[in-house]
Amino acid sequence: MNTLELQKTANEIRKSIVTAVHSAKAGHPGGSLSAADVFTYLYFEEMNIDPKNPDKPDRDRFVLSKGHTAPGYYSALAHRGFFPVEDLPTLRHIGSHLQGHPCMQHTPGVDMSSGSLGQGISVAVGMALSAKLSNADYRVYTLLGDGEIQEGQVWEASMFAGHRKLDNLCVIVDNNGLQIDGNVADVCSPYPIDKKFEAFNFHVINVADGNDMDQLRAAFEEARTVKGMPTAIIMKTVKGKGVSFMENQASWHGTAPNDEQYAVAMADLEKVGEALCQK
Amino acid sequence: MSEVKKIATRESYGKALAELGAEKENLVVLDADLAGATKTGVFKKAFPERHIDCGIAESNMMGIAAGLATTGKVPFASTFAMFAAGRAFEQVRNSIGYPHLNVKIGATHAGISVGEDGATHQCNEDLALMRTIPGMVVINPSDDIEARAAVRAAYEYVGPVYLRFGRLAVPVINDNPDYKFEIGKGVLLREGTDVTIVATGLCVNSALEAAEKLAAEGVSAEVINIHTIKPLDEELIVSSAKKTGKVVTVEEHSIIGGLGGAVCEALSKSAPTPVLRIGVKDTFGESGPAAALLTKYQLDGDGVYAQVKEWL
Repeated sequence: MNTLELQKTANEIRKSIVTAVHSAKAGHPGGSLSAADVFTYLYFEEMNIDPKNPDKPDRDRFVLSKGHTAPGYYSALAHRGFFPVEDLPTLRHIGSHLQGHPCMQHTPGVDMSSGSLGQGISVAVGMALSAKLSNADYRVYTLLGDGEIQEGQVWEASMFAGHRKLDNLCVIVDNNGLQIDGNVADVCSPYPIDKKFEAFNFHVINVADGNDMDQLRAAFEEARTVKGMPTAIIMKTVKGKGVSFMENQASWHGTAPNDEQYAVAMADLEKVGEALCQK
Repeated sequence: MSEVKKIATRESYGKALAELGAEKENLVVLDADLAGATKTGVFKKAFPERHIDCGIAESNMMGIAAGLATTGKVPFASTFAMFAAGRAFEQVRNSIGYPHLNVKIGATHAGISVGEDGATHQCNEDLALMRTIPGMVVINPSDDIEARAAVRAAYEYVGPVYLRFGRLAVPVINDNPDYKFEIGKGVLLREGTDVTIVATGLCVNSALEAAEKLAAEGVSAEVINIHTIKPLDEELIVSSAKKTGKVVTVEEHSIIGGLGGAVCEALSKSAPTPVLRIGVKDTFGESGPAAALLTKYQLDGDGVYAQVKEWL
C-alpha cells in the first residue's frame, strides 16, 4: 500500500475504534487511537500474514502486550479481513468473540491472549526464540505502552532478548506520554526509554512522529536490516489521535464516548477522511 | 529387611526429561538459574541447544514458555515451587492457563522437606494456587517411578500441567510390575474397612507406614495414592469414603486448599464424611534437616499414625 492508502485505512480503523468502544460503553480509545497507525502499518504493509489462513506456521507473529488497546487491534484485524467488520460493535458484549482484552482462542488472527501488562513481551520473546531454535525465518512484533514499561517483567524479557541476540524480534513502544494517573513522566518516569533499551543490547530506532506513515515505514525497513540484536522502535504518538477532544487527555485512556461525543468524534474523523480524499 | 531404595523426585524429573528429549524433538527445557538443583542439568548435558537458561527471572520464563508453546514446542519450565506457583502465579494464570497453552511446569523443592533453606523456600501453597486455575492439571508424584511416569504423561497430554517434585530422597514404593500411571486416576495401595487415608507426594509412604502401625492395633486402614490433585479421582475417593465412613488426607502442603481441600469439596457434594486433614497447619515452615522437619510437623509415618489414632 502507498502512504495515502495506509492513511485512509488508518482513518477507517479509527472510526471503527470509536464505534466499537461507543457500542461497548467501555474500553480504551486513547491508546487504541495513538496506535492506529502502527496497527495499520503492521497488518497492511509489514507483516507476512494471511487472513484466510490465520494460523499458517510461517506467518509473522504479533503480540499486543498493551492488551487494553484491543479495539485498535480488532479493528485492524477486521479491516484486513480476519473477521467481519460488522463484528466490531459486539466488542465487550456478552457472547462476543471480541473480549475486553485479546483472546487467542476466540478471535481469528490473534496470536496470543494478553492484557495483563508486562506479560506479552515475554511471550513474543518466546516466539522469537522458537524461530531461532527451528531455523524458521518469521519475525515477531510486540507493542507495549510507555506506562507498561514500568512493569519489571518488561526488562526481564528485554535482558533475555538482548542476551540471545533475537534479531527477529521487534519491540514497539507507543510513547503517547500518558497513563491512567497522568503523565508517565510524573507518575513514575520511564525516561530515557531509548537509553534503557540500548543498555539492554537493543538496536533502538526513535520515531519522532509515530502517527506518520512514512516515518513508520522508514523505521520498520531499518529494523529488518538489523542483525545480531533485537530492535526497539520508540515512537512518539498522540494519545487519542484524530478525535479532537480525546487528544492528549489521560481521561480518555479508558472511557467510552456518550452518544453526543460519539457524533463529534465521527465528524472529526470524517473530516480527516475527506481531507485525505482531496490528496 | 533389605535397604529401601531412596530417590528424590527432582532427580527423576531430570532423568525423565533427558530420556524423553531423545525421543521428542519439540521438547524444550527452561530453567531460571537452578539447573543444578532442579536437575534439568541432566537434560542440558544431553541437549544443550534445547536447554534455555532464562536467568533469575521466573515471570519472564513462564512467558517465554508460553511463546514457545504457541509455535508447537513443548516447554518444561523448571524452577522451585515457590517461584513457579508463587512468584509467577499471575503469569501462569494469564499467559499459560487462560490461553490453555501446552506448557509443563516442573516445580521442584516443594513443601517443608526443602529443609535447611527455611520458610522462604518451603512452598506449602502451590497445590492450592495451581488447582484454582481453570484447565490446569496438577500432579504430585509419590516416588521415582511415579515421577518419571508423570513427566511422560504430562508430555503426552495436550494442555498446561503443573508437576510437583521434592528435594528429599524418598523411598521407591511403586515398584510393582502392574504399576500404571494415568492422569486423574488414583491408586488404591491398601484395602481397609475402618478409615480411608488419602495421601499425595512423599506422604503416601508416611500413610502406608501409618496404616501398618494401625493394623497392628486392629485398625484396618485403606490407603489411596492421589498423584493427580486435579482432575481429582472423585469416584475412587467417594466410594472408599462410603465404605469406611472416615477419611484422612495427608499432604506436605498447607491443610488449606490442597489435597485436603479438594477431597472435602468432593465429599461434601456426594458423600459427606468426617475428614481429618493432616498437613502443614496454616503456618510457615522453618530451617532444619528435612527428616527432622517431617517429624516435627508430624508428616512422617509416626506423625500420621499418631494423628489418625487420636482422631479415631
